[in-house]
Amino acid sequence: MDKQLAIKTSGQMFSFNRRVKTVIISVILLGIIIGVFIAGFFIGDDAMSVDFSRKGLKPSWEYPFGTDWLGRNMLLRTVKGLSISIMVGTIASAVSAVLATIIGVAAAIGNRWVDNVIVWLIDLMMGVPHLVLLILISFACGRGLTGLLTGIAVTHWTSLARLVRAEVLQIRSQQYITISRRLGKSLGWILLHHILPHVLPQFVVGLVLLFPHAILHESSLSFLGYGLPPEQPAIGIILAESMKYLTGGMWWLAFFPGITLVLIVILFDKLGENLKMLLDPYSAHE
Amino acid sequence: MKGKRLINISKVIGKYLFRVMTLLLATSIVAFVLVSLSPIDPVQQYVMGAGAVSMEQRETISEYWGLNAPPTERYLNWLSAILRGDMGVSLLYRQPVARIISERFINTFALMMTSWILSGIIGFVLGCVMGICQGKWVDSIIKRICLVLCSVPTFWLGLVFLLIFSVWLGWFPIGFSSPIGIADTDVSIWQRLYHLVLPALTLSFISFANVALHTRQKLIDVLESDYVLFARARGNDTWTIMKRHGFRNILLPAITLQFASFAELFGGSVLAENVFSYPGLGSAVSAAGLNSDVPLLLGITLFSTLFVFLGNFIANIIYGVVDPRIGEERPHGQAIGD
Repeated sequence: MDKQLAIKTSGQMFSFNRRVKTVIISVILLGIIIGVFIAGFFIGDDAMSVDFSRKGLKPSWEYPFGTDWLGRNMLLRTVKGLSISIMVGTIASAVSAVLATIIGVAAAIGNRWVDNVIVWLIDLMMGVPHLVLLILISFACGRGLTGLLTGIAVTHWTSLARLVRAEVLQIRSQQYITISRRLGKSLGWILLHHILPHVLPQFVVGLVLLFPHAILHESSLSFLGYGLPPEQPAIGIILAESMKYLTGGMWWLAFFPGITLVLIVILFDKLGENLKMLLDPYSAHE
Repeated sequence: MKGKRLINISKVIGKYLFRVMTLLLATSIVAFVLVSLSPIDPVQQYVMGAGAVSMEQRETISEYWGLNAPPTERYLNWLSAILRGDMGVSLLYRQPVARIISERFINTFALMMTSWILSGIIGFVLGCVMGICQGKWVDSIIKRICLVLCSVPTFWLGLVFLLIFSVWLGWFPIGFSSPIGIADTDVSIWQRLYHLVLPALTLSFISFANVALHTRQKLIDVLESDYVLFARARGNDTWTIMKRHGFRNILLPAITLQFASFAELFGGSVLAENVFSYPGLGSAVSAAGLNSDVPLLLGITLFSTLFVFLGNFIANIIYGVVDPRIGEERPHGQAIGD
């Protein structure tokens, strides 16, 4: 198999099969994301330092993203903001994915009553416009970082929970589960050894594919003024602040932070797709 | 047959009415609980701009608002007031909530409908183009654009449009739904439309990608079917096939998808209205949350839930009534999946 593929692509410099290629791409994508995160982590106070001697500079080699009206280095602020976004996105989607798995499995293996309640709850969550729900939860937590994290974490599980539920419902009626039960295994044992390993790929892929949503909602909420305190350079806050200066022609204040955010979101999306190709048994051998 | 179908439809509508009642009730409870949990003190927010306020006066205000009553009693009071049509008075705008919602909804509705129709048409046309040219460069370019647009935050696209069309080219105004300095009644319909263009464009750019990608997939499925193969064998050209088989099969899913997207549309309008300072429900709800205007926040939450439900309801009705395959009698022993 390996040989055949290698022969097919032997005209190229490197002849990997598709699986290896996907792994390499995934590692590179993950590396970039972690790199941005760590870079932002080490920037610290440099992103805040005010220097009026260099205020409002256009993008140049020294300041690739320009400087703002207080002379702050926009490149540093953007990287710091992306780092915050990645952190919030990671925590929120991890919590969301765990919630989704627990709820989805519970709906599928619980009795009819539990299932009905969960399906109804999902309908209810999807009935309120997502952003309005986020605003409400953020308000309930007194705004700030807690409100932001809680809001994003507890509202993103619905679609993944549906997927997990459908998946578990399918596995539950498989013969090996019935045999396992007849052999006297407890529900917990079956859950741990048969059902959860099956759901794991869904969980990992779902987790990574939740990132884009989480990050976009994080920046939207920060933009509206709900998220982090205004002195934190989150992307949403940088863009909201830039609005006052756009009419003055300082386009770089809005352009670069936004486009890097889009790039990070696309990176996460690609990473999710690659992982799906690797982990999903149906597409892994394509 | 016809009478039976009518009874079926009225049954479905009855079921939906019951569902909307329970949904709204549940939303009102959840929203009320969330707002009550908030550590933000409404009295403090209310008196913030009013200078020194003594403890007694604060006590009077919270007594007047009924804040000292237990939560269940407060909820029931609020609910019964809403059922009588009284949604309370907004703290931020000092006007009845019902009036603010009805005034601002007209603006939001104009914005959402313009972009809704626009994104529906753009999305459908692009989806058809991609489906017909599947695998060619046109397809891959449009598909890539659509996928990128899915990752773009609404408010940033709004800012970019603002930069390009308002600041750089100077074609459109910076904000507000009408010119500044002119009384609201004197604003002509053209001026209103002029101020609507950019926010509507932003909103439709955000949402057409979804319809386009969906339509593409559906069309590819249709074009790979046996009856299209047969039509090709008969010598029909692409346009005839699209007219006879393509549009009929893909229009309905696209329309349904559009109706089901009301929730995202509302969320998008919150952001677009904030970027362009457009005075609609979206900018009101974020202002209400930021300024702790609880009655307005609750009112808009309920209203938007109703709005989203209406969209889903219409989507389901269209599917049930318009699609001839679903209205037909089900064969015995074969359940149609939901």
